[in-house]
Amino acid sequence: MTSKTPILQIKNLHVEVEGKEILKGVNLTVNAGEVHALMGRNGSGKSTLSYTLMGHPRYTVTSGSVEYRGQDLLAMSADERARHGMYLAFQYPVAIPGVSVSNFLRATVKARRGGDIPVKEFRKELKECMAKLGVRDEFLSRYVNDGFSGGEKKRLEILQMAMLKPEMALLDETDSGLDIDALRTVAEGINALHNKDNAVLLITHYQRMLDYVAPGFVHVMQGGQIVKSGGSELALELEAQGYDWVAKEFASSGAN
Amino acid sequence: MVAELSRDEMLHSVKADYKYGFHMSEEDYAFKSGRGLTREIVTQISRMKNEPEWMLKYRLKALDIFLKKPMPSWGNTEMLNDIDFANIHYFVRATEKQGRDWEEVPDSIKKTFDRLGIPEAERKFLAGVTAQYESEVVYHSIREDLEKQGVVFLDMDTALREHEDIVREHFGTVIPSADNKFSALNSAVWSGGSFVWVPAGVKVEIPLQAYFRINTENMGQFERTLIIAEPGSYVHYIEGCTAPTYSSDSLHSAVVELIAKPGSHIRYTTIQNWSNNVYNLVTKRAVAHEAAKVEWVDGNLGSKLTMKYPAIYLMGPKAHGEVLSIAFAGEGQHQDAGAKMVHLAPDTTSIIVSKSISKDGGRTSYRGLVKVYPGATNVKSSVRCDALLMDEDSRSDTYPTMEIDEKDVTIEHEATVSKVGEDQLFYLMSRGLTQEEATTMIVNGFFEPFTKELPLEYAVELNRLIALNMEGSVG
Repeated sequence: MTSKTPILQIKNLHVEVEGKEILKGVNLTVNAGEVHALMGRNGSGKSTLSYTLMGHPRYTVTSGSVEYRGQDLLAMSADERARHGMYLAFQYPVAIPGVSVSNFLRATVKARRGGDIPVKEFRKELKECMAKLGVRDEFLSRYVNDGFSGGEKKRLEILQMAMLKPEMALLDETDSGLDIDALRTVAEGINALHNKDNAVLLITHYQRMLDYVAPGFVHVMQGGQIVKSGGSELALELEAQGYDWVAKEFASSGAN
Repeated sequence: MVAELSRDEMLHSVKADYKYGFHMSEEDYAFKSGRGLTREIVTQISRMKNEPEWMLKYRLKALDIFLKKPMPSWGNTEMLNDIDFANIHYFVRATEKQGRDWEEVPDSIKKTFDRLGIPEAERKFLAGVTAQYESEVVYHSIREDLEKQGVVFLDMDTALREHEDIVREHFGTVIPSADNKFSALNSAVWSGGSFVWVPAGVKVEIPLQAYFRINTENMGQFERTLIIAEPGSYVHYIEGCTAPTYSSDSLHSAVVELIAKPGSHIRYTTIQNWSNNVYNLVTKRAVAHEAAKVEWVDGNLGSKLTMKYPAIYLMGPKAHGEVLSIAFAGEGQHQDAGAKMVHLAPDTTSIIVSKSISKDGGRTSYRGLVKVYPGATNVKSSVRCDALLMDEDSRSDTYPTMEIDEKDVTIEHEATVSKVGEDQLFYLMSRGLTQEEATTMIVNGFFEPFTKELPLEYAVELNRLIALNMEGSVG
């Protein structure tokens, strides 16, 4: 890549939830064509970052800025962010009883693309995506996430992503709770979506997802900050040695 | 192209362009009674219709009962006591002539129906249309194959003239005049409504449809419907109601009687969307004989106050009853709805599913009764009530009554109250839906168990109505 086009620029982001500060100055730039992995222990602030970036009303930004393709992301509501090409694959997708997957997908695709697409075209595209992800037809008539297994929920998140074609995809522990076959399928879905014009931020605990989706950048989050960044080799180190050495290194660097 | 769409897709591709609120000018009415209720007015109604003497007597006796009976002392008594019976037109005739073919229907009425989309629907698949415009049926057609099957589908006034014996045998047998104050009122001043008689063994494949509208300010509408399914027959009757908005209050008080003879099956579907000043006080009751099945599918969106508890008396062994209802109450509205299941025979079963939504201070109540008489062994009944509250100002109450006088029964009751959750909204909004679109989607989903029971055009109408009711509800 000759010149880098930033998609997401997070600067010194501080976030509170119910009066408690969770993010304490996050800095991160994600450029078009890049895949980033964000790793870290439970409670380090990874999910808070993803919810904040997507605009959940419970998360209050107290300082810092986020630019999304040159625009002030924080000034947008969640639905505006989505229509502009942000996407969050939820760690815990929410059930919407009585709403079929097919209607849900049609409504969201319409919202994202700013207009109706012909039913035939929509169906064709949907069937192709479903085939790639190994999703059966009967999925479409079921209610969104209602009574879904963990793996089914994650597949639906990836199916949505495939249909919505985001420029910036945040995947919050999409790999958790998946067996190895499901993991491979989901990873293939992510790889199929990724191209030089968009970017992916994977939030994960584990190396195993990264065996399939190779990130160019790996970041470690701790105590509400990104404490270490590196290439894909960093993930392997974490896998081998755990997180403690990162914490020690960070503490001794005095960066805190 | 249209044919390629699934039901689901058609249902959700419609735009929310549903806005009624038109009415005919006053001079188009052929006759309108003075305000108030007297013996003279009741007699005049009967005479104008050339009714047999027994019906006049029936009406006058009912009038006496109405005048004597006190107002119900339960429900929303505050709203009930606001009804000014002296300020109501009890009979309005929209046109002198009854049209059978579309061409014969007067232009102004046609215009109203055009807006409702009836002719189009007719072309497609309507079996017969009984459209009640004000107090009398002006348009009524039955497709030939129905007539060949021997099915009688008439407005009630015509049925009384042409099938007096059947009417006299069954009229008022399920709901006596003295049942309650409003059934007495209806019995005194009834006009129009539908009469359906299905011969033994005949299955009516296509739903029989009727549209009811109130279009005169301060006009009561007191239609009377009687459906008789002979042994082994099947019929699905549908009425939809829309009313334009007026400034002062109107009263709608119908009586609907269903008689399901052994082994027959009646389904009765209603969507009422009366304007928000209409009192909708309706008595609906069915009797189900041995191995018969009766279903009330009942949607309540409009009106100021609705009090309606469709009932099924399970008279014969193995009879089955179902009430599936939804209620939507917005600002200033109270939907007091429910169901009654009365088990009088062994091996009878019943299901009640009630779903309600309250918003902007609206109020919904579920009021239900399951009664099992001694000797009605092996009865199974299940009741499920789900309420969804859209905001802190709205209210939902449940008044379930169980009177079980037999040991060998299985009764289930489940009730839930929930609020539209922040997480559901966020999930949908994170996919690009606005808050309003997201809310509408959650609400439509909540009503889905009801909507899926409706024929497509009614399901579409319901979704439009809900979308309309959701407009501007979130900010």
